[in-house]
Amino acid sequence: MILMALVAVHHRSLKVAIIASGIVSLFSSILFLLLAAPDVAMTEAAIGSGLTTIIFFYVLNKIQKSNV
Amino acid sequence: MFKRLFIFVLLLGLGYIFFSLVENYQGKTELSGIGRYYAERGADELGSANLVTSVVVTYRGLDTLGEVSILFLTALIIGFVLSGKAAPEKHKFNPASEILTTASKMMIPIVFMFGVYVFINGHLSPGGGFQGGAIIASGVALLLLAQPDKKINHTLISFIESISGIGFVIVGILGILLAGGFLDNRIMELGTFGHILSAGSIPIIYIFVGLKVGSELTSILSNLQETQTQE
Repeated sequence: MILMALVAVHHRSLKVAIIASGIVSLFSSILFLLLAAPDVAMTEAAIGSGLTTIIFFYVLNKIQKSNV
Repeated sequence: MFKRLFIFVLLLGLGYIFFSLVENYQGKTELSGIGRYYAERGADELGSANLVTSVVVTYRGLDTLGEVSILFLTALIIGFVLSGKAAPEKHKFNPASEILTTASKMMIPIVFMFGVYVFINGHLSPGGGFQGGAIIASGVALLLLAQPDKKINHTLISFIESISGIGFVIVGILGILLAGGFLDNRIMELGTFGHILSAGSIPIIYIFVGLKVGSELTSILSNLQETQTQE
């Protein structure tokens, strides 16, 4: 998880960084589950690693178009 | 050089603060004050098997209303920002791959069913309106990835959203009129502990919250999707 967080911060390619941050969310949802908080774990898995990643990709696609 | 030194000193100071925090940390062995009240009285007063739900929806229901309104504002602002440059010409997207389209046909109904299950069973099992709504929205995301040309009916989405928002507030006001306060769930029979039709109005509130969150996230996704342009 910490490795993925470092990749998300330091990687040059934004796509890799977005995917790495999604993986960080996935690991943290497993962590919530181990800490006996299933409600929070479900929210984290659905919003953090699912929707946020997709929304980031849509926005990234938009920004790259308008820059070039 | 000076900058480096400054960063080093800053890190050292932060390390000292966190070290002393960790060293003096002692875990609590029992609940304090309001937490104990919720844990001891929640199940008897509200009849909800999931204690988190009774806190989120009833004792702290106003906060949930605030969260839903913030999400609504976010969806509104994204729609507003993107509406200025709506895609002028009709363009075709590259079709999604065979694997994705075939899997999505099988998965999407299951994902929607699971989302509805999560928010209807919010008072019995882990989960609730927010989680269910988010699961439904991720089903919509899968649908949009598999069929990029799909248009989502905005009138229907905003209709569902407004109806569930108004329903949420009306149930809350009924709580003032018929029971102890805003969003009190004892306006209906508490029912048998652990059954699906129990815990007063919690299931109704959660259905409204689930539909509202689902439709808000869906409208964010579809707004972003419709303004995408071809590679």
